[in-house]
Amino acid sequence: MDPVGAAPLLCTPFRTSSVGPSMKPAAFDYHAPATLDQALDLLRNHGEEARILAGGQSLVPTMAFRMARPSVLVDINRISALAYTKAEGNSLRIGALARHAWFETPVAAGPVGALLAQVAHSIAHAPIRQRGTFCGSLAHADPASEWCATVLALGGTLLLAGPDGRREIAAADWFQGVFTTAIEPGEMLAEVRLPLLDPGWRCGFAEFSRRAGDFALTMAVVAIRIEDGGMREVRIALGGIGGRPELASRAAALLIGQPPSAAIAREAAACAAADCDPQDDIHAPADYRRDLVRSMVRRALTQAFAA
Amino acid sequence: MSRHRTTFTVNGQTQCVEIEARRTLAETLRENCGLTGTHVGCEHGVCGACTVLVDDAPMRSCLIFGVQVDGAAIRTIEGLAAADGTLNALQQAFQDHHGLQCGFCTPGFLMLATWMLERPQKITEASLREVMSSNLCRCTGYQGILDAVRAAARRLGRWDDAGAISTPA
Ligand SMILES: Cc1cc2nc3c(=O)[nH]c(=O)nc-3n(C[C@H](O)[C@H](O)[C@H](O)COP(=O)(O)OP(=O)(O)OC[C@H]3O[C@@H](n4cnc5c(N)ncnc54)[C@H](O)[C@@H]3O)c2cc1C
Ligand code: FES
Ligand code: FES
Repeated sequence: MDPVGAAPLLCTPFRTSSVGPSMKPAAFDYHAPATLDQALDLLRNHGEEARILAGGQSLVPTMAFRMARPSVLVDINRISALAYTKAEGNSLRIGALARHAWFETPVAAGPVGALLAQVAHSIAHAPIRQRGTFCGSLAHADPASEWCATVLALGGTLLLAGPDGRREIAAADWFQGVFTTAIEPGEMLAEVRLPLLDPGWRCGFAEFSRRAGDFALTMAVVAIRIEDGGMREVRIALGGIGGRPELASRAAALLIGQPPSAAIAREAAACAAADCDPQDDIHAPADYRRDLVRSMVRRALTQAFAA
Repeated sequence: MSRHRTTFTVNGQTQCVEIEARRTLAETLRENCGLTGTHVGCEHGVCGACTVLVDDAPMRSCLIFGVQVDGAAIRTIEGLAAADGTLNALQQAFQDHHGLQCGFCTPGFLMLATWMLERPQKITEASLREVMSSNLCRCTGYQGILDAVRAAARRLGRWDDAGAISTPA
């Protein structure tokens, strides 16, 4: 059907022909459904061949490298009903087409809206944030995704739409490993729900990356409820360490009942660093990452204490 | 592989193209519209050379497929200067402040800066550095680029002297 399939490897980077064979991704069929039901039908009909295209800020690069070669793309960008964030009661509902940039100014009052705004600025670069989606990050499940660590720290819930209806899954059960989640074939992540913590909660975030906009080597997201001067509930999530975001449970437990102080922040940070299990990789040796965990947890706690 | 008839505007002119679904917006602009001002560096979202405005928002045109912009208004580097070739204030500032050397990254930086200048919020030193760090330049060392955008923003009344640069504790 397409007359230009054979030549790509031979072509020079400078082409003037208007039919030049220049495409890097493998060929695919493209669908742009207007409703969620149409999207689910397409996913069902095309089975494993089909991939959802949301912001494309992770999928298109992997297609350019031909690490991903989906033969069908279901573009959800025309499903305007999925483009929302809504604060309802004590939860924040985030639709599948909510872009990263929307969160740069708080989408809700209180500690969660402020945390999301702070975190958003650390994701990639401004133009990528205009296009990339919150739910796409959760579905992609990069171990160093800020949104993934944030949703784990806040104890969010994911809403999946699939051939057999809808189901909910807790963030803690969602992340299974590098780029691997509990999603089933034919399912789409339709919405993420975050608890809108009341003002008794304070949040903090810190990450380290070598260059602005790079994926972070390590990050920490914390949420703490303080009552009568002491910490009553504490959640500390780490990102960029292993294959998926994880909770530093022992460090969090150590803070319970304590009043906030610089000394206790240092102690919890040391505990999180001792408990985590980073591996050497091309970006950093394990010991360096472990030391970063210590610094990031301390910074995130310090921010939360001061809030 | 599907082929699609796609209609959009580029710098106000209607373009109607027939493209394979896998053709990126960058390629569509360059190959189908003949607008080679948009440059393609990495083709995987890292360098920003391909930045264009899609419905007035800056985006990496190598990470959007042409078929996706059906109905959208695209703006590219070709739309910045006046019809007689007179540079606009931003382009002139790039020339005056050595904002370019080889020029490969320049279209991307200019479109990114155009967005900053048009946003409702004025540009501060901190936001300038945050946003301009989106794109890569292998020649200038960036200071000339920052000087140029700063100068253009001042000239156009879009500069805000507040906004100190924050560093982590
Ligand atoms: C240069 C660069 C730097 C970046 N830096 C960072 C960074 O620092 N931190 C960070 O977190 N991210 C970073 N990203 C990635 C970016 O945040 C992506 O937007 C995000 O990872 C994926 O969201 P998306 O909407 O673009 O998804 P897509 O790229 O469209 O999709 C990603 C994957 O998720 C699937 N998917 C998407 N949406 C759904 C859904 N609703 N239901 C089911 N499956 C779905 C797709 O099928 C695909 O497999 C960077 C990207 C680039 C190019
Ligand atoms: S060519 Fe698009 S970001 Fe490099
Ligand atoms: S001027 Fe040469 S890459 Fe920027």
